[in-house]
Amino acid sequence: MAGTVYVLPKERFQELLDRLKADGYQVVGPVLRDGAIVYDDLHSVDQIPRGWVDQQEPGRYQLVHDRSQRWFTFTPGPLSLKRFLFPPSLSLFRVRRNGDGVQLQVTMPEPPRYAFVGVRACDLAAVAVQDRVYIDRQGLFSDGYYAAARRKALFIAVECQSYAATCFCSSMGTGPEVNHTADVVLLELEDRFVAQPRSERGAAVLTPLALEQATDEELQRAKHYVRQAAADMERQVDLTDIRDLLLRNLENPRWDQVATRCIACANCTMVCPTCFCFSFQEVTDLTGNEAERRRVVDSCFNPEFSYAFGVEVRQSVASRYRQWLTHKFATWYDQFGVSGCVGCGRCITWCPAGIDVTEELSAIRASDGSRKEQL
Amino acid sequence: MGEPTAQEAADLPAAIMPAVAPVLPSFVRVLRVRKDTHDTWTIWLERPDGYPDHRAGQFNMLYAPGVGEVPISIASSARESRTRIAHTIRRVGAVTRRLTSLRRGETIGLRGPYGSAWPVAESQGADVVVVAGGLGLAPLRPAIVELLARRKRYGALALLYGARTPADLLYTAELGKWRSVLDFQLLVTVDRADRSWHGHIGVVTTLIPAVTFDPQNTVALVCGPEIMMRFAVRDLLDRGVPARRIYVSLERNLQCAVGFCGHCQLGPKFICADGPVFAFDEIAPYFSVREL
Ligand SMILES: Cc1cc2nc3c(=O)[nH]c(=O)nc-3n(C[C@H](O)[C@H](O)[C@H](O)COP(=O)(O)OP(=O)(O)OC[C@H]3O[C@@H](n4cnc5c(N)ncnc54)[C@H](O)[C@@H]3O)c2cc1C
Ligand code: SF4
Ligand code: SF4
Repeated sequence: MAGTVYVLPKERFQELLDRLKADGYQVVGPVLRDGAIVYDDLHSVDQIPRGWVDQQEPGRYQLVHDRSQRWFTFTPGPLSLKRFLFPPSLSLFRVRRNGDGVQLQVTMPEPPRYAFVGVRACDLAAVAVQDRVYIDRQGLFSDGYYAAARRKALFIAVECQSYAATCFCSSMGTGPEVNHTADVVLLELEDRFVAQPRSERGAAVLTPLALEQATDEELQRAKHYVRQAAADMERQVDLTDIRDLLLRNLENPRWDQVATRCIACANCTMVCPTCFCFSFQEVTDLTGNEAERRRVVDSCFNPEFSYAFGVEVRQSVASRYRQWLTHKFATWYDQFGVSGCVGCGRCITWCPAGIDVTEELSAIRASDGSRKEQL
Repeated sequence: MGEPTAQEAADLPAAIMPAVAPVLPSFVRVLRVRKDTHDTWTIWLERPDGYPDHRAGQFNMLYAPGVGEVPISIASSARESRTRIAHTIRRVGAVTRRLTSLRRGETIGLRGPYGSAWPVAESQGADVVVVAGGLGLAPLRPAIVELLARRKRYGALALLYGARTPADLLYTAELGKWRSVLDFQLLVTVDRADRSWHGHIGVVTTLIPAVTFDPQNTVALVCGPEIMMRFAVRDLLDRGVPARRIYVSLERNLQCAVGFCGHCQLGPKFICADGPVFAFDEIAPYFSVREL
């Protein structure tokens, strides 16, 4: 299967979307909304923000038009697939009082059958991380909604041939080449895509389109642009010994320094494609006889996120930022065997204070071993 | 590479049970309610169908519909009864207020048992020192019941129990019974006494020098407020008990109880799933860091 590679002419892209729809998929892809490129329902190729380029910098996001023939010159915006596979608010069940007893009704909805089109390597690397968090837990809890949504989903990825200033996937080993999860990988050329099926499910989508085979020259040319992007990407994280580096620097004064800028708004955890913390929410009706239990997104930046014996555990912003960064880059390895960061750069762009994880990690490395008391 | 592809993920093992099952409570009847102190009650609940024998130190999630769900330790041993489960609950907020207002015959949600356990069977042949502060006696009670049930298999046994005032002492009838058990050192103390109190006064750690045990061959089980555990651990280490044989039960707010909602993390540990009972050497590097 890995062998056959096809050509999908751009003028036939709509056919692919129609085909997915006919197969019963709810198609989700990049569309332009409120000045940003987000993932949402994708019905027509005309919705794809062709020729738009996103300029992303710490604390800044801006779209500019570029006159090239390319369709996917942008990189991921604020929304990731988390919003679809692990919705920010989800009903679980309802309980109705009934004399001295209760009646319970499961209300968790059946997830749609999603086809994600035009998603990137970092998005899929994040899904692979989420699989470990939500599914692959050796008997621990698996999130039923995620597992069901994930099992049905189809992923048609596009490999990035350009990158934003905030991207650092190449140093994280997560992109821009797609190594995870995809059912089909698309590589863009001027007037066509090279389409590589990566699973049975992906092949089943392409076969009915009766596409011509791509030449090796086409494949290599498209791949070249991707490799170039990987080589040029400047932003990096040095992963050497990263877990131990952070865990031996829990008292580094840098945490206090970053806390003077961080306003604990929780944006970073909201846009991060792998952050999973949640709370249950109890919603009651006016009579008090009926209650609904929901799962809602939460963040370690909220002061009441962690408490013991009635006292908030992480009262300082420094301790909350430390919790976030050390979870992503250190304790995630203990818990799930991988990094919690896939290098998408979202938390850098969408931080109102322009705090940059890559810079914070370098600063810790540069001051390895210094402790608060010494100041 | 090494990662599940979409297809493999589709075939992942029994992951996809009835989607919501892991957080779905069973509804059970309240069988008995006992007021222990001015703010603490013990309630006995019927054991749900399919509920496994729990181990001493584990906890359940108790759910009061319309109010919320909280972790509560299991205060009874599976040795005592396989039809009912006891919980000792202090009224501190909305959910515990509702739980401590339940009457016999009412229904409540329960899921569990969760978490790690005290090393009761594993400690055979050793001396066992149990240090309990306040409500910390509740999760230790099933361990004490099990230790005493097989008294001969252990060396020296001691329970050091401290409460704020004499009126805060839990399980007073049972303490009376335990006092008469041969070969069981039971020492009780209060932080502040009234005129009726003729016993020891001072924090529970002041009792540690008064008990006889062989530090090298001792397992210590410690539960209580975090500050009390810190001092108890320090004193036990000073006496020569190895860190890997000192067990503490930690508390953090938690929501899912299955290592996933993120709230109860302490460094790499999920207190709900890796704990709440930890050998001290496992958590020592994290326990001493403020606000971690
Ligand atoms: C593994 C584990 C086992 C536990 N076992 C028991 C047990 O056996 N019995 C028991 O009573 N509790 C136990 N707890 C603690 C119990 O879960 C909390 O007291 C409970 O969640 C409080 O919920 P609430 O809605 O009543 O109060 P909340 O609404 O959460 O809090 C209300 C107010 O009470 C204060 N408060 C909250 N928790 C505490 C506390 N622990 N001590 C003092 N003040 C507090 C807060 O400051 C807040 O202002 C355990 C906790 C864990 C993690
Ligand atoms: S930590 Fe930041 S860069 Fe890393 S995956 Fe999360 S949002 Fe992306
Ligand atoms: S790091 Fe930035 S985005 Fe994250 S909480 Fe702090 S201010 Fe908000």
